[in-house]
Amino acid sequence: MFQAKEYVKPASLEEAYRLCQKRSSVTVGGMMWLKMENVRKQTIVDLSDLGLDQIREDEKEFQIGAMVTLRMLETHEGLNKEFNGIFRECTRHIVGVQFRNGATVGGSVYGRFGFSDILTALMALDTEVELYQGGRMPLAEFAARTPKVTERDILMYVYVKKDHRKAAYLSERRSSTDFPLLACCGAKTLWGWQFAVGARPGRAEQVSLRIKAGQIERKILGEKGVCWTAVCGISPDKNNSAAEALAEAAASAFHYGTNLTGSGAYRAYLAKVLTGRLIRQIETGEESTDR
Amino acid sequence: MTLEFQLNGKMVRTEIQADTLLLDLVRSLGCFSVKRGCGTANCGLCTVMVEGKPVLSCSVLAARVQGKNVTTLEGLQEEAEEAGRFLAQEGGEQCGYCSPGFLMNVIAMERELVNPGEEEIKEYLAGNLCRCSGYMSQLRAVEKYLNRKGERKCGQEDASMGR
Repeated sequence: MFQAKEYVKPASLEEAYRLCQKRSSVTVGGMMWLKMENVRKQTIVDLSDLGLDQIREDEKEFQIGAMVTLRMLETHEGLNKEFNGIFRECTRHIVGVQFRNGATVGGSVYGRFGFSDILTALMALDTEVELYQGGRMPLAEFAARTPKVTERDILMYVYVKKDHRKAAYLSERRSSTDFPLLACCGAKTLWGWQFAVGARPGRAEQVSLRIKAGQIERKILGEKGVCWTAVCGISPDKNNSAAEALAEAAASAFHYGTNLTGSGAYRAYLAKVLTGRLIRQIETGEESTDR
Repeated sequence: MTLEFQLNGKMVRTEIQADTLLLDLVRSLGCFSVKRGCGTANCGLCTVMVEGKPVLSCSVLAARVQGKNVTTLEGLQEEAEEAGRFLAQEGGEQCGYCSPGFLMNVIAMERELVNPGEEEIKEYLAGNLCRCSGYMSQLRAVEKYLNRKGERKCGQEDASMGR
């Protein structure tokens, strides 16, 4: 059971950062998981008073504070209008309304959990994070880092660019409100397609795709200096529509593992099916929703 | 540390530990409708409202409600009795263990959603688990409760109804 001796609600980010540098401190987001951990800490650092519980919007981007709840994402009109309802779709299956009124965006993103629907959805968009000390960086770069005990920065904001992309989100669950067996998000951009697949069961990763001279090209973070590479053996032809070829190229970009909820082979097959559905949804302009 | 907050409309001043959870605090103050069912933030039995929003009190640090309004079923007697009657009439009140958390969320839903369809009701109440029933009796009860003034189209389903 989680135990702590002191509770501090810093009045500034500077104070919060200073307090967080001690290994005996713990920063709390929604506290949905932390309370179940068998840890003893000296100080609880609560970020509730730092104005991080707002979603702000200008003509270029959305700024989402780390203490924004999942329910706020789910019901935010601007975000859902801009990205075809994916923020509603990626949150509404998570436990229940009461849970989503507590769980925070910062907790989901900073934790980089494999099962995270939120991380998966954000990875298919042009998303950046801003850390107090580490500054602003692409979410994909932040997510690729393995969380470490020595990493003691504070996630302040998540930024989502308004770049006119059309998005869709789908997940598969063994039963309603459970963790996803697989989570997929896709977006059609001005330059091509971007997909993210999470709960593989590893945490979400992203891939970019484009079709150039009838050939599918792929860009994966961390692979060959992040440049466009032709995908061998997968191309649109008379037996394989562009959507099918894109789905195969996207799904085959990731590794899939086995756990209690499903095998790696099942996940790999499912990823292709869900990615194909995302493409069809985006092309037909349907809003993300359950089957 | 000293905590001051409104519990069911009354100002409370009490001493808490840094790691005290809201669930344990409200129970220590006599609100026994609030229960720890799963302890893993899944069952909804510990539902209370903080500033009118339903939350899981098993996952809220008591220190976080400083200066806020907390409502438990004890503070919603009238609405709880009314909704509870519908639950009993439909056979949805079986062992009764999940009922306080369930009723809290039904009341929160009625305050938040305007004329919800069946699928919206199911989605809003998905975080309240019941191990006795198959949820059909509760769903009938909720639909009849929401329609008690005869203004709602009963049995209306969303066009987006899923599996």
